[in-house]
Amino acid sequence: MGVSSKLGNLGVVTTKLEDAVNWGRTRAMWPMLFGLACCAIEMMSTQAPYYDASRFGMELMRASPRQADLMIVAGRVSRKMAPVLRQLYDQMPEPKWVLAMGDCASCGGVFNNYAIVQGVDEIVPVDVYVAGCPPRPEQLIHGFMTLHEKVKEMKWYEWAGK
Amino acid sequence: MTADPQTHHAVWEGNIEELKGLVSEKAFSGESMILNMGPQHPSTHGVLRVILELEGEEVLSCIPDVGFLHTGIEKNMEYKTYEKSIVMTDRMDYLNPMGNGLVYCLAMEKLFELDVPMRAQIARIVLAELTRINSHLVWMGIGGLDLGVTSTMTYAFREREVLLDIFEMVSGQRMMSTYFRPGGLWRDLPDEFEGAVQNVLDTFPAKIDDYDKIITQNPVFVDRTQGIGFISAEDAVAYGLTGAALRGSGVNWDIRKAMPYSSYEQFEFDVPLGQHGDVYDRFIVRIAEMRQSLRIIEQGMKRLQKEKGPFRSDNRKYVPPPRAELGRSMEAVIHHFKLWTEGFRPPKGEVYVSIEGPRGELGCFLASDGSPNPMRVHFRTPSFVNLSALEKLSKNHMIADLVGIIGSIDIVLGDCDR
Ligand code: SF4
Repeated sequence: MGVSSKLGNLGVVTTKLEDAVNWGRTRAMWPMLFGLACCAIEMMSTQAPYYDASRFGMELMRASPRQADLMIVAGRVSRKMAPVLRQLYDQMPEPKWVLAMGDCASCGGVFNNYAIVQGVDEIVPVDVYVAGCPPRPEQLIHGFMTLHEKVKEMKWYEWAGK
Repeated sequence: MTADPQTHHAVWEGNIEELKGLVSEKAFSGESMILNMGPQHPSTHGVLRVILELEGEEVLSCIPDVGFLHTGIEKNMEYKTYEKSIVMTDRMDYLNPMGNGLVYCLAMEKLFELDVPMRAQIARIVLAELTRINSHLVWMGIGGLDLGVTSTMTYAFREREVLLDIFEMVSGQRMMSTYFRPGGLWRDLPDEFEGAVQNVLDTFPAKIDDYDKIITQNPVFVDRTQGIGFISAEDAVAYGLTGAALRGSGVNWDIRKAMPYSSYEQFEFDVPLGQHGDVYDRFIVRIAEMRQSLRIIEQGMKRLQKEKGPFRSDNRKYVPPPRAELGRSMEAVIHHFKLWTEGFRPPKGEVYVSIEGPRGELGCFLASDGSPNPMRVHFRTPSFVNLSALEKLSKNHMIADLVGIIGSIDIVLGDCDR
């Protein structure tokens, strides 16, 4: 009986590991310190006392992409910046997520012109889009929480890389 | 996932031969080192890239590489009507959205010979000064952070929320307000405005004293900034520096005094000056400027209580009829429709207007060919000009000081690259 209950519980243990790891990832998701334009100022407001992203375990901005889990593309990406952004993304270790903050990062925003990449999803895969020009800190936090929901749904076989 | 090799190397595969003439001969023989800093670097205030030539820790030369945030704003404005392109100016220097709107509106008003009611002029001044404080707060927060005073950022952003609430109250948006329109304001100031600004006037002086203490009585900060990044008054003028970067060297030049606009001549305020022209003095000047801004705001609020007149010009050629009229008159509806679809046709001509932004002289050149879209808009932005002195400022300094020097000229890359 002891054995069968253990075996029977094995499935439960695996799902729980999945949940536990995913939960852990959502509680300490470190964004990369990477500001591009106006949206970066609102991203800083989100980190600052009033909105306090540390409530979500996300206050620690890492300046190095190698220590970061999440890239917040906060602002417009120019054609000159695009290769840099891609390189930063490649330097981040798996698992990694991308949040496109603001209209510019999502779709080019008001700048439908020669200089701006019309949506950062042309260069990197985006997990969450946050609309607004600039999005309010509340909106960004909602984006964080949406991303956390997504991470919680991840399966173990996706952990190694997407 | 691997990157496409073609895009992957587009920026980084630099050829040292391209640096000939920019760096010294030592770099080619290997005696000095070329180091790349940015565009993703925590203390380059956005996406500035600096190519450094180092000998040990000493900076021999430093070449700023701008354009990572080039947005094509000036070109985009040519495709929009005059009034619609105000939206673009907000996104240029994103710490000074009201100031950008102001200079563009002033340029339009000069070109159209449009009058601005007194109430709107005063309101513009109050809001522009609030924006100046807002901008200086962000600069102080981040500049302090760069030099190891981490608490300034926490304080600065706390205070900034109070100001952003005011901007949201008047315009509906925290940052990109688009509140100034040719001929006045988008709408009248709300009733709560007065109380909110009074709150700022009551609480900020004590807070600014606190920052002053945090910065000027912090031995680490003082040691890291005094005598660093020196520029003499002659050099500052020769480089075309403006704003606190110029006044830190003791040159008394403030556009609000020298060429008053929007009735600044009716206000009393001092122009704070530095003496030594180093990083420390530029910090002190900006802190003092915040106090002067509060003085201007206080006078402005007193005048706003008396000036209860219209908030926008009634020149129907450029200003759409007020909402209330649309329900009564068919002509007003047609006129409104025409102004918002086609726009107005101003006279031909060229104008240049400049204001004192938080970073220095912010100028706008506007050329019209008589069509509803501007023929050419160009902005003379202080960040771009001030950045040109970076090499001069940082020569023979330690690389760690470079961070403070970049902070002290207070660049915003959106302003620089546009
Ligand atoms: S979405 Fe708006 S606020 Fe954000 S970077 Fe673009 S223009 Fe700036």
